[in-house]
Amino acid sequence: MTALFQADNISIRFGGIRAVDSVSFEVQKGEVFSIIGPNGAGKTTIFNLISRIYNSTEGRLVFDGQDITRTPPYRIAGLGIARTFQNIELFANATLLQNLLIGRHCHSDVGFLSQLAFLPSTRRAELHHREKAEEVIAFLGLQRYRDSLIANLPYGVRKVVELGRALCTEPRLLLLDEPSSGLNVEETEGMGFWIEDIKRDLGVTVIMVEHDMSLVSQVSDRVMALNYGKVLAMGTSQEVQTHPEVVRAYIGGEVEAEA
Amino acid sequence: MEDAARLLQLVVNGAAAGCIYGLIALGFVLIYKATEMVNFAQGDIMMLGGFVAFSLIAHYGLPYWAGALIAICLTAAFGYALDAVILRRVIGQPQFAVVMLTLGLGFIFRAGAGIAWGYDSVGFNTPFTNKTVNLSGLILGEDNVSIIVGTLILCGILFTFFSRTRVGVAMQAASQNQLAAYYMGIPVRRIFSLIWAISAGVAAVAGILLSPVSMIDVNMGFLGIKAFAAAVIGGFGSIPGSLLGGVIVGVVEQLAGYYLPAGFQEVTSNVVLLGMLILRPQGLFAERMGKRV
Amino acid sequence: MRYLFRTDYRQDLALWRHGGDLFWYGLLVVVMLVLPLLLGEFYIGELGGVFIFAIAGVALMLLVGYTGLISLGHAAFLGIGAYVNSVLLAQGVPFLVTLPAAGLFTAVCGAAIGLPTLRMSGLYLAIATLAFGSIVGTVFQKWDAVTGGFDGFAVPTPYIFGISLEGANGIYYASLAVLILCVWMSANLLRSPIGRAMVAIRDSEVSAQSMGIHLAWYKALAFAISAGMTGLAGALFAHYVRFLAPDAFDVLLSVQFVTIVFVGGLGSIHGAIFGALFVRLLPQFIAIVRDDLPFGIGRMPGLEPSLFGLVLVLVILFQPGGIYGLWQKTKHWFTAFPFKRQTAGRRQKSYAKSERLR
Repeated sequence: MTALFQADNISIRFGGIRAVDSVSFEVQKGEVFSIIGPNGAGKTTIFNLISRIYNSTEGRLVFDGQDITRTPPYRIAGLGIARTFQNIELFANATLLQNLLIGRHCHSDVGFLSQLAFLPSTRRAELHHREKAEEVIAFLGLQRYRDSLIANLPYGVRKVVELGRALCTEPRLLLLDEPSSGLNVEETEGMGFWIEDIKRDLGVTVIMVEHDMSLVSQVSDRVMALNYGKVLAMGTSQEVQTHPEVVRAYIGGEVEAEA
Repeated sequence: MEDAARLLQLVVNGAAAGCIYGLIALGFVLIYKATEMVNFAQGDIMMLGGFVAFSLIAHYGLPYWAGALIAICLTAAFGYALDAVILRRVIGQPQFAVVMLTLGLGFIFRAGAGIAWGYDSVGFNTPFTNKTVNLSGLILGEDNVSIIVGTLILCGILFTFFSRTRVGVAMQAASQNQLAAYYMGIPVRRIFSLIWAISAGVAAVAGILLSPVSMIDVNMGFLGIKAFAAAVIGGFGSIPGSLLGGVIVGVVEQLAGYYLPAGFQEVTSNVVLLGMLILRPQGLFAERMGKRV
Repeated sequence: MRYLFRTDYRQDLALWRHGGDLFWYGLLVVVMLVLPLLLGEFYIGELGGVFIFAIAGVALMLLVGYTGLISLGHAAFLGIGAYVNSVLLAQGVPFLVTLPAAGLFTAVCGAAIGLPTLRMSGLYLAIATLAFGSIVGTVFQKWDAVTGGFDGFAVPTPYIFGISLEGANGIYYASLAVLILCVWMSANLLRSPIGRAMVAIRDSEVSAQSMGIHLAWYKALAFAISAGMTGLAGALFAHYVRFLAPDAFDVLLSVQFVTIVFVGGLGSIHGAIFGALFVRLLPQFIAIVRDDLPFGIGRMPGLEPSLFGLVLVLVILFQPGGIYGLWQKTKHWFTAFPFKRQTAGRRQKSYAKSERLR
């Protein structure tokens, strides 16, 4: 079965530092693939390479059979790849609804003049996008924050909005960057259930960067461990967490893996 | 030989004008590096410094060097007060707000100067007016030479200050990472006000050095716009960068005035600026910084 | 206190939130239409000028307030629109063609300056537009063959279907019509994908790209729209002043435009209109009270720009929301009376956010 997404020897350097060093992996359709590793290992950099914010100095990126190694970053959403950001990059001066509607942008094809005069075609498109955004709001339970400005919302809610905005693009591949950072135990569990729902009900493939090992064990099908930009291990959650190289990278000694 | 002499003359004039641009640019850069604010009123502070010197020397009869020194100190104090009273209040606001604020302040300074000193051009006697120096057959105006020499001395002083003294090093720290500077016990807000003071003092020096060449008047501050070109070429990052940028702009302007048809000289600095921003926005020296997401 | 009860998505899409809004806006339009029958020629002339500046204000608001791109050179676009309109009229082209032509040409110029400045942000963009404005101003002065240089350019009378637009009333109605058109178009853009893309670019360029927004395209588009609208204002401005002098389109005019946007209230169309009212009426106000000011301040030259500067400084320090912000606070006070919270409208303490790393 051909993989939905394949990264082949991708690399990037910042000055003298090899942030990502010949990393290769594939992700099958419908699975949840986690990337773990200590801070500075290059995990978010890989996401930045996939969403084409950075250019890879070598290797290839293939999504659903299409080579996206040199695709401009604004085309990525249209192809079906969405992402969230580690430090929440929402549009702070807009309402929650507007943020989600911006997520619908890659599905908008009304012309300039039509928008200028707000012709019926634009009106119909707007109503359609509003319905789609409302579906995501219902899925994530964000109804009561619909008209709040993002700047006024608490951190936990913003994390969920970030997820919602990515879902509005109707992605086939979803890149989640540390979805549980800043969340407490209950919120993290909730996030885990949402990721399962996304996988099962929406059929979206997920690549996740995570530090919280319980979340990783709860939702992942396969895990890849990174350190210093290089792949240390790849396999099931259990295998990777007990892999001696990985253990040494995190702690430097022997430890039992979480079940 | 005629042409070479003429060319050299142009270069020297350009370098002198360029030093003034460079000094104003230096003021911009000092403030920008520390606080990310741009002081669009920098040229007008230069104008105020020049007027204060004029009052002290021509009106109250103080000797040149004493008058100049006191004018510099007074302008520096004014810069400190400006930051402490007004600029400190706009710290969290978007950069655009600060741009508008300093533009507005510029208007007020010009009007204030007009009310206090009138709208005519004034000048005062300096040790360099109307004297020339002979460099191996080449006659140069001492006023131009004084600008170049004065600028170099000032930059030397500033360089030593920033790299050797405690306050200078503290300033560098505060401009690179405010929070860490606070943790190290550096009084960041006072340091920023000091930076404004130094910036204002540098502007005053520029105004005083410029006065023998072109008189002091209320609209002198519009040179500030040309100084932007200097700052951009220098990458908005360093002392030598600003100075070099200024000299480049000054020399190019003089050459354009000589070789190109009439009327092109005034657009030269703007064209250089626009070209630089489009082709190489990081300037000749600066580092490029990007956001890590 | 009104409570909005929404039952249909269409209500959110509409330009007015409820029947009351529609009533007041409608009343305003009716009043504007009959005003020339009530006020004298001088006041109507002044209002025409306010409308023209309001159009430019709305245009700049779209660029600055909504897309987050600063421009300190918008006077150049006003000038380009004015000259294109006048030169074409002098060739015999009818006004109904020269007006949109001026707008289109200026829009293309806007895109032309927007494209090279794509990667510039904040400060550098401000400086670049400042330089651009200066260069265009010099072009107006030097290109005598077309603009008449310092001799000036007498603007021919515009005719629409045989009716002359000369005179205060003509300018008033023409500007009012164009203003309403521009406000309507802006409101449409803002509730469409383009408007949302502009806001996205203002707030976070990186995530805007990740959502599929082509930064280069939308920034150029924002510049084009803003310049085009300013060009329309410029065409009308030519008929307002009737004689074009090249040094009218200088840095100080650009600063006036930016003042409109700022003092009016960044981020709202209403703000642009309030700002235009303020900027155009301030000189009139000064002229009236000039002789009554103490210490002979009124007789000093340079009073006007200094008052401008003072207002700018005071607004930024104490009322960064501008006039529209003040209006909203007042409305809130009245509608919430007597339950106004002490903290309503109080500015939150904010910390410097580095713009070097946007």
